[in-house]
Amino acid sequence: MTSPLTLPARLIRALGHRVTDNLISLGIAARFFVALLASSAICLRRPGLVVREMYFIGVMSLVIILVSGLFVGLVLGLQMYDTLERFGSGDIVGMVVALSLVRELGPVLSALLISSRAGSAVTAEIGLMKTTEQLSAMEMMAIQPVARVVAPRFWAGVFSVPLLTSIFNVTGIFGGYLVAVHLLGVDAGTFWSQMQSAVDFRIDVVNGIIKSVFFAVAIIFIAVYQGYHATPTAEGVSLATTQTVVKSALVVLGMDFVLTAFMFRGL
Amino acid sequence: MNRQVLDFWVGLFVAVGIAATVFIALQVANLTTLQRGAVYTVQAEFDNIGGLKVRAPVKSAGVTVGRVSDIRYDSDQHKAVVSLAIDSQYQFSADTSLSILTSGLLGEQYIGVQSGSDAELLQDGDVVWLTSSAIVLENLIGEVLFNRAQDGGTTQ
Repeated sequence: MTSPLTLPARLIRALGHRVTDNLISLGIAARFFVALLASSAICLRRPGLVVREMYFIGVMSLVIILVSGLFVGLVLGLQMYDTLERFGSGDIVGMVVALSLVRELGPVLSALLISSRAGSAVTAEIGLMKTTEQLSAMEMMAIQPVARVVAPRFWAGVFSVPLLTSIFNVTGIFGGYLVAVHLLGVDAGTFWSQMQSAVDFRIDVVNGIIKSVFFAVAIIFIAVYQGYHATPTAEGVSLATTQTVVKSALVVLGMDFVLTAFMFRGL
Repeated sequence: MNRQVLDFWVGLFVAVGIAATVFIALQVANLTTLQRGAVYTVQAEFDNIGGLKVRAPVKSAGVTVGRVSDIRYDSDQHKAVVSLAIDSQYQFSADTSLSILTSGLLGEQYIGVQSGSDAELLQDGDVVWLTSSAIVLENLIGEVLFNRAQDGGTTQ
């Protein structure tokens, strides 16, 4: 269609182009997800592959998770105590720290940290494998790259993120404990009993774990998808890595709102 | 990297992760006290339950003996029907009275149980008749102001 079009028609065509483009990439992503699940059986046949990736995604992320969790807890303790003390209820600082961590901050912050620390690495690794034609070489040897390279990383991420989230929560609560009890002088017994009376296992803890599983699937799928579909050039890999972090952050925050609306509405 | 070293670190990571989850479940959410043993359910009708919520504690002499399991509205009598799941190890007489109390001035509301003197005990499915409603703070303040105004009127 080379016929000269009026400006409104061209604008409408540009809009339509964007929509169809996005729909097509959504379709490609959905097919990739199905292919990924279909070829996941290798993870059961060769668990060593998943263990190796869990080392890189899980164990190597421990330091950043531990340090960030501790400092988030310390800051939460200070800030919440300061605000609550204005209402004369500084004693419930333990409850506020635990609830904010278990429900919200733990799943969201650890997902963001892991996508920056491990998601980008996964994208770069797979993207570089594609650029150096290792993936094509595998296909040539009748090895499915989706099964051999993508699926173990995906499942390693899905297992690691909820575990890392729990570790983040515990270090955060420990940080809150340090500030509240040892720095600000809240009674240790009050700190724990207020927390225990307010945090519910099913509503707060289980919903937090469900959140982190959703985030895990989202961030690690974005990472492997971006890597696998990166343009096989140096520029393409760098773009894909950036896209992984940006899209993971947006998707995690968006999903968090939707999940929270479903989980804690009216409860 | 050596396979054994790798396995060790991943095993340690998974163990720490599971331990953290268990810690949250036990120490933070205090799952141990939520374990539902054998319970029996009794019902009670209240004129006004104030801010009582499902899962609020049922306390006798300050000890938690059960939880509120259900709250319904009886549209015939215009009353709130509250179901209480009480731990089977605690028995109360059939003429027990229930009142909705508040812990602290503005704290959460709970049901206080005051056992009576009847030899017969509450059974599963029984209805408790002796109830007193939640004290609604606004009504209380209104009453106090009204009384003050009346007193003021007589002394002047």
